[in-house]
Order: sequence, then C-alpha cells, then structure tokens
Amino acid sequence: MSQTSAPLPGRDPDPESTVLVQDPNLPPVALDPAVTAAEDRKWTPAKIAVWIGIALLGGVSWSMIAIVRGEPINAIWFVFAAVCTYFIAYRFYSKFIENKLTKPNDMRATPAEYKADGKDYVATDRRVLYGHHFAAIAGAGPLVGPVLAAQMGYLPGTIWIIIGVILAGAVQDYLVLFFSMRRGGRSLGQMAREELGPIGGTAALIATLAIMIIIVAILALVVVNALGESPWGVFSVSMTIPIALFMGIYLRFLRPGKVSEVSIIGFVLLIAAIVGGGWIAETDWGSALFTLDRTTIAWGIIVYGFIAAVLPVWLLLAPRDYLSTFMKIGTILMLAVAIVLVRPEIHVPAFSEFAGRVDGPVVPGALWPFLFVTIACGALSGFHALIASGTTPKMLHKEKQSRFIGYGGMLMESFVAIMALVAAISIDRGIYFAMNSSAAATGGTVEGAVAFVNSLGLSGVNLTPDMLTQLAQNVGEESVVSRTGGAPTLAVGLSQIMHGLIGGVGMMGFWYHFAIMFEALFILTAVDAGTRVARFMLQDTIGNFIPQFKNVSWRPGVWICTAIMVAGWGYILILGVTDPLGGINTFFPLFGIANQLLAAIALAVCLAIVAKRGAFKYLWIVALPLAFASVITIWASILKIFSPDVRVGYWANNAAYRDALASGETSFGNAKSVAEMEAVVRNTTVQGTLSIVFVVLTIIVIATAIATTIRAWQRGGGISNEEPATVSATYAPAGLIATPAERELEKQWNQLPDELRLERAHHHGQRS
Amino acid sequence: MNHALARARGGWHGFVWFFKGVMGENAYRDYLDYHRSTHPGVAPMTEREFWRDKTDRQDRNPQGRCC
Repeated sequence: MSQTSAPLPGRDPDPESTVLVQDPNLPPVALDPAVTAAEDRKWTPAKIAVWIGIALLGGVSWSMIAIVRGEPINAIWFVFAAVCTYFIAYRFYSKFIENKLTKPNDMRATPAEYKADGKDYVATDRRVLYGHHFAAIAGAGPLVGPVLAAQMGYLPGTIWIIIGVILAGAVQDYLVLFFSMRRGGRSLGQMAREELGPIGGTAALIATLAIMIIIVAILALVVVNALGESPWGVFSVSMTIPIALFMGIYLRFLRPGKVSEVSIIGFVLLIAAIVGGGWIAETDWGSALFTLDRTTIAWGIIVYGFIAAVLPVWLLLAPRDYLSTFMKIGTILMLAVAIVLVRPEIHVPAFSEFAGRVDGPVVPGALWPFLFVTIACGALSGFHALIASGTTPKMLHKEKQSRFIGYGGMLMESFVAIMALVAAISIDRGIYFAMNSSAAATGGTVEGAVAFVNSLGLSGVNLTPDMLTQLAQNVGEESVVSRTGGAPTLAVGLSQIMHGLIGGVGMMGFWYHFAIMFEALFILTAVDAGTRVARFMLQDTIGNFIPQFKNVSWRPGVWICTAIMVAGWGYILILGVTDPLGGINTFFPLFGIANQLLAAIALAVCLAIVAKRGAFKYLWIVALPLAFASVITIWASILKIFSPDVRVGYWANNAAYRDALASGETSFGNAKSVAEMEAVVRNTTVQGTLSIVFVVLTIIVIATAIATTIRAWQRGGGISNEEPATVSATYAPAGLIATPAERELEKQWNQLPDELRLERAHHHGQRS
Repeated sequence: MNHALARARGGWHGFVWFFKGVMGENAYRDYLDYHRSTHPGVAPMTEREFWRDKTDRQDRNPQGRCC
C-alpha cells in the first residue's frame, strides 16, 4: 500500500497532505501554517528580552565553567549553562529541523488516531506522554557514564553532554520518533529492513541483539559492583523483589488499576527496606547472611534475570516498572532541587591529568575518542531509538508534538547526566580515584588505595586513610575502596549533597543506600525488560526456520530463548566480575561503543529516509551526527582491536599475556597467578571478538545506508515507505505551553460536544 | 482568599491527573472512552478484565526499557 502512495522522485515528500480535506463540521484540526509562521516570526520586545536574558545567562555560565580558572566553581553554573543551552537549542535548532526536515502536518492523523484501539494506540496528552517517554528512555545509563568520564576533568564531559545532545542525541530521538510515527509506529528493525534492504536490515537486527546483550551485561555488572560486600545494599535491593510481588498480586487480585495507590505503598515499603537494611547490616546474623561476594551476587542476578523474564508480566515486571517510574521522576526532581539549593563547590580541574593520557585508572584510553564512548546515555544513546520506535509513536496525539516529546525528552535525559556529573565532581578527587580505581590497582585495601592514589601525582590530591574510613563509616559500608561502576560514586555524591539539606551526617548512610537502591531498581528493570525484548527478537528470528518459535505462548520456545539470552549476558557478567584487571575499566568501553554503534545504525536509517524524501539540502542535519558517531565509535573499536598499547588494545593485551604464559611465567601485570593470566587471555578474546563483531556489523549498516542515499540522490529521491496520509479529526497544541493561537483553537474544540472530540483528557485542555 | 484556594485545588488536581497519567493509571478510562465511541451498546471489559488483558498483552509483546 505504501508503494501506491509513493511520491514521484524530487517532488513534495508529503503530496497527499495538500489534498487532505477535513470534516467541515469540526473546528480546524491544524493551525493555519501562516498563523504559526507569523507567531514564530513576531518578535515582541518582551520575547526578545527573554531570549537575550537566556543567552546572556548561558554565556556567563559557560564562561564561568570553561574560562575562569584557579578557583572553585559553584555547581549552579553547570545547571544554568545546561538549561540555557537546551532552551536555545530547542527553540531554534529543533524548530529549524521541524521547518526544513520533518515538516509535520497536523492535518494528518497520527497512528494513535487512525489505528486507535483503546489499548496500545491511544492519543495521549502531550505532557503525560513526555513523562512516559522520559521514564522509558532514562535509567541508570546517564547516571553512570558521566561519573566515569569525570576522571578527565569536568569540562570534556560537560561539553560533550550538552553539545552532543543538541546536535546528535536529541536529533536522533526526534527523527526516529517522527519517522516511526509516519510509519504506523514501526520498530527500528522493521524500518531498517524496509529502508536498507535485506543485508542492511539483517545486520541491523543482529547488531541490535548483540548490543542488547552487552548492555544488559554491563548494567548488571554495575549493580554487582555496588552490592558486593555490602549487606545493607544486598538486603534493601533484594527486598524490591517481594515488594514487587506484593504489588503485582495487589493489582491483579485486590484492587486492579489502582496504580498510583500501589506505587505509593511500594515506595513506603522501599524506604522501610532501606531503613531496615541499616539495622540488619549492623546485627551479626544480618551481616553474616547478607555479606555476599561479587560472584555470588552475579549468579543471583543471572538466576533472577531468567526467572523474571519467564514469569508473567503482571507478577514482577509491571509492578517493578511502576516503582521504577515513580522513583525516576521523584529522585530526579530531588536531585535537581538539591543541587540548586545546596550549590556544592567544585574543586576538580577542568581538564585533569588524564585528559591527555591513555592510562586513566577509571577507564583507559585518551579523551579522543574514549570520552565519547564513556558518556553515551545523556549525549547520544542509540538505545533510545528502540523506545522512540516502540510505544511512544503509538501514543502521539498530533504530529507536531513529536518535537516536544522526541527532542525535548532527550534534553531532559541530558540534564540528568549533567546532574550526575555534578554529583561526581563534588566529591574529593582523592576519594573519587580511590573508589573508581580497580581492585587490581588498589589491592582493595585502604592502605593500598591511599598509596595508589597519592602515587598518581594528581594536583591538589592528598588522600589520607582517615578520609576513606570515615566516609565508609558515614555511608554505612565496610569499605569504599574500589567500588567501581559509577553507582557508588554517584551515591556518595548524592549523600554529600542531600545530607546538607536533610538529616545531617547521621543520614548519609540512608541517602547513600537510597541512591544505590534507585540505580539498582532502574537497572534490574532494564535487565528484566531487556532480556524479554531480546528473547522476543530471538524467537522471531529462529521462527523463520522453525515456525513454532514464533508462537510466543509456546513455553519451551520461551524458555529456550530466554536461557540463550541470559546465558549470553550472564557469561559476560561473570567474566566482568572475575576479571583480574578490574572489570568495569575493561568492559565499560564496550558498553559505550555498543550504544553509540546502535545510534549510528539509527541515524543511518534516518539518513536513508531523509534522502528518499529528497531533502538533500538538509541532509547534513543527520549526516553530521552520523559521521561523528561513526568516526568515534569505529575509531574507538579500531583502537580496541588494533592498538599495540596493552592498556588500550584488547588483542595487544591478549598477546602479551599469551606470550607470558608461553614463556612459563606465573604472574604478569595485574594477574597474580597462571589461572588469572588465563582469565585475562579469555576475557580479552571475548572483548576483542565482540569489538570486531560490532564494528563489522555497523560498517555494513552504514555502508548500505550510504548506498541507499547515493541511489536516492541520483534519482532525486526515492520510494517512501510512509503509511498513506489520512485526515485528522482532532486537535491539540504542539509544545509544553500552548501559544495564544493554539489556545484559541483549543477553546473551540473544548466547546464541542463530547462525542465529536477524540481528545480524551478533555477537562484538562483548558489548563494548557 | 477563595480564589487562591480554588487555584491551589486546581493545581493539586492537575498534579494528580499528570501523575496518574505518567504512571499509566488512566489507561482504563481511555479504553472506556474509546470503547464508548466505537462500539456503542457493546459491554466493555470490566476494570479487572482490562488490566489482565493489558499485562497479558505485554507478555506477548514485550517493550524495552532503556538504560
């Protein structure tokens, strides 16, 4: 059907929109474009003053961060610099993309309207959908990457998070959301197959599957590292399972549909679990029972991941998801309010000693390109493309809202990343490096950590054993040395910021474990949901050969595919936990590379679509972030594969350890025994192989996208795979705050009798 | 004074509406609205049936959560 609606090459990509005729008995379903354009172009003195104010504040903040040197910087400047830049980018750049590239047309019905089923396809109020979309895209990712990248100083991370999001991350989210909406809410995989053909489509599918495995594995590794040897953390995080089960049963049998009520009950129980964890960890039996080593916890998460993914959704995943959404909105608001109220002073240098070196103890590799893969979520996250082509496009009420939801939603995630960075750099640098250097470097002891950190020769760092033991005692942990993975560091940062506001030093333990709890909650929900999605994709793929596997109710198929997926990420998790070289420092680059490669795939699909629409003049809007993402990730992959430096290259390290084994040595580098040396050889083989698989698949996808683009260019356009345009019969404003003209039109709609309106949240329309 | 009170109440209602919307609690009401306008005269699913159906559909059609 899409074939017949194809435009002639070089013509208007949206030809039917010009002939759409709306129901004459309804008020206009779209604002007259001339009115919108006039509104956009009308610069009243007040409007000019506001934008000049925003630009000035942003400019001052950026100079405070980037130029002023030699004195501590107040964290508030990071907030202002980020928010002012987001406003300007949203108002001008995303508007530019809308005018020149996407050209949404409110005359056209969205899938939520023409495919409405009252269940999946439901036109949703834009403000509610914004919250939904944000809760689906944001998780632990933006909280972890910036913390690890803080080893390079605060400025590289800050610039990449803010500039990256406005030119790359938010553009990707917006375009994928828009193009998926124009295609009835199709998934990224389906779009890749349609736009790039079977080779590109298959490569994209396999890459997505492999990337999901690595992402779930590394996220799980972050949780394991946060909970290892921490009875308090283990107790409170394990309590989330019975709490979720209780919520699931409550919703299924006692009070169906009372989602907010049960979430509040669940939240109260969570807080009780955190407080109770503190008491239990202090008792002898509690500490004996819940002090678990990392390998045990890793196996626990693997078993949990399998069971959670085969249990019915209502019992565990759905209630977990409610809790997770509740905590996401709550804690992020809390973090923002706390940073604004407490305004911590930042003593970290703009560029640290490790910005120009490859031997950073947190994650190895030079700033260029490894900064850009260490911080993925928050600046550019390929994983979002799976959400932006999943539930969200099926809930968009009007086409023009895609900019607010897609572009605006990603700006909010970027803000979360900035706050995580602020929390990480507000703690003492010596403590930061003691927490984030692997146990292979510190020996896992306070003395070892102090000796190691002080030997790094960092300016202004003079770590004493007291600082580490005192901090550990304050946050209720046995030790804070080598708590790698980012989550514990963020938790320390948060507890230092929050205890100044509520509770004093006595509450630091609570705030620390509160932070660990919400990060673990986000991650375990992502592990559960990720395993399910990956299993579903695998079932679909195997189903092409053995049809029975396509039946998602066939239990053996479900179990086999779940087991394969859990084995995949579980294997990498165990390798990471037992890695003699550390774990996070060697595996985290794979996480970032995988995520950015997925972004490159998503942008490549967008590139092909834009080319087929014939919008060559503005192809750079997609080509620029695509080129950047491709260059940094392919280059980072190549360094990981080919670099002769053992600190960076997986295979170089692999060869060094194999040589050492061959020459009969019994310890080498950080590996203290032959078994450990063999573990390094095995791990670097897995890491090196994954790097090769990722980069090869991605190059195939990008190459097919470029070939498609060139073909389209030669013909002046291509066949559109959009669903045929149908006329809309509903109206809602586009952005967060309705403009005067939008409000006027909305008023007309609100005066209509109920049965003529598709808009469901009617009685709230007036308040926009 | 009354005006301020009314505004505060309005603000609270707005917050509750937004909160329930984001948590997904309004799904059943949306379904009823849809059902009324498209299948008048046909009995809709009860609230219990609706939520069972919703989670069962999620079982068959999993949705990702991001990192």
